Amino acid sequence: MRRAETPRLLLLIAPAAAVFAAFWLLPMARLAAIAGGGPLGLAAYGAVIANPRYLQSLIATILLAAAVTGATLIIAGVAGLFLARNRFPARGLLVAMLTLPLAFPGVVVGFMVIMLAGRQGLIGEIVFRLSGSRPVFAYSMAGLFLGYLYFSIPRVILTVMAAAEKLDPALEEAARSLGAGHWRVMRDVIVPGLAPALVSSGAICFATAMGAFGTAFKLATNIDVLAMTIYTEFTLNANLAMAASLSLVLGLVTWLVLALARSVAGAGVAAAA
Amino acid sequence: MRRAGGFYAQLAFCALVCAFLIVPVILSVSAGLTVNFLQGVKSGLTLRWIGAVWSLYSDTISLSLLVALACLGATLLLGVPAAYVLAKRQTRWTRLAEELLVLPVAVPGLATALALILLYGGFRGFRTSWVFILVGHVLFTLPFMVRSVLAVLSSIDLKTLEEGAASLGASFAQRFFGVVLPNCRSGILAGALMVVTLSIGEFNITWMLHTPLTKTLPIGLADSYASMRLEIGSAYTIVFFLMIVPLLLLLQRFAGERR
Repeated sequence: MRRAETPRLLLLIAPAAAVFAAFWLLPMARLAAIAGGGPLGLAAYGAVIANPRYLQSLIATILLAAAVTGATLIIAGVAGLFLARNRFPARGLLVAMLTLPLAFPGVVVGFMVIMLAGRQGLIGEIVFRLSGSRPVFAYSMAGLFLGYLYFSIPRVILTVMAAAEKLDPALEEAARSLGAGHWRVMRDVIVPGLAPALVSSGAICFATAMGAFGTAFKLATNIDVLAMTIYTEFTLNANLAMAASLSLVLGLVTWLVLALARSVAGAGVAAAA
Repeated sequence: MRRAGGFYAQLAFCALVCAFLIVPVILSVSAGLTVNFLQGVKSGLTLRWIGAVWSLYSDTISLSLLVALACLGATLLLGVPAAYVLAKRQTRWTRLAEELLVLPVAVPGLATALALILLYGGFRGFRTSWVFILVGHVLFTLPFMVRSVLAVLSSIDLKTLEEGAASLGASFAQRFFGVVLPNCRSGILAGALMVVTLSIGEFNITWMLHTPLTKTLPIGLADSYASMRLEIGSAYTIVFFLMIVPLLLLLQRFAGERR
């Protein structure tokens, strides 16, 4: 029965495989070939490190993504744990609002940051009323940080909530009955229990922040994050080989982080939207 | 139930995070409905900006709907059979296939879009049609459909169900359409919602693939943010919210039921 079934199964998966090969694998192979076939040849990959502008952009992107990941894990960890373990009126509404921005595109997130920290933004208005000066930081690194935080929090909260609901309350009770205090339980029972979820959602958060284009496109006209560098090389400088090798480096870094997290945290680390 | 002091501190923290996410949404909705955002709501409420958006950008709305529906159709046709195969066989090859399929989501959209342009940009007819955007969307959303269906198929006893039907003389087609598909209905529905939501909101790939004649809603949004007054950009954002928020609420309800 198994043997007779194989051709049929192959036939069923063939359309997806064909579309994937034609529109992703082949184009990606071409991208790699162009990156290595520019005037610099394979040295184009080296230029990512050797050229101070590209290196700076790569480092700035990695630092930004790491900072966003750290902040998101703390904020979403506290909020997600609380929401998973407490029942109170309006909890459903709170959860719904916290996860609403899940599928906002990057440009919309950028616009939300401008609403908060732009020239006519709320934060500037409040500070102006209090102190007379009007801070505008939407278009700086701080604005970019705020934007990345905005689209990262909903995703991580969902994962933390799901993981916290699966924690065994008996472990916590046992720890308490043995005399462990609040922080001790947190450190030795709850955080280790949530660790796989935190590692996996942290990796996804990092990968998404590395490649986020829409938000940077809206806010980072003056900041060199990798996505913007690639875009500028491609559209303004028409430097195809450089754009190609930069985007391959970007793809490789994000893929590596996800693969690493999966080997640490086990299965279930897949990219999210 | 007695609440510990920490409860209210944490509740306040959650409310603060929630404010960070929701206040800008409220601000932009109100900006799209006020006559002059700088003067505030006292300048009066109006639907003028929404009307302006409609006359300027209604084609982006219909193109987004067209692409989303076509994308849904494509991911159903490609993804559901693929998920079935991946559920039936767990070998090195199917694991590799699963791994590969997710790559367009793991790798930044900019890279995928760049690769598509470099290989197919020369085919003018294809490059300038909306199908070019559709291809990007299908690559990006297919893993979500496959994973959603696969999750349901792995949780049911597919083998016994199929053997039972086969022993009663059901052909493969009868088994697939009469037994397999009805059993993974919830996975297909969740996947479909996800695909449509993601397609309507997709920007990273689409920005590189679009042409002046093929603009989807998020592309139009970026355009209006850059070149129109704040009120029009905000009104356009309202239109976008009206399309995407119901889908997101449905998705949330769905996830809640399955838990």
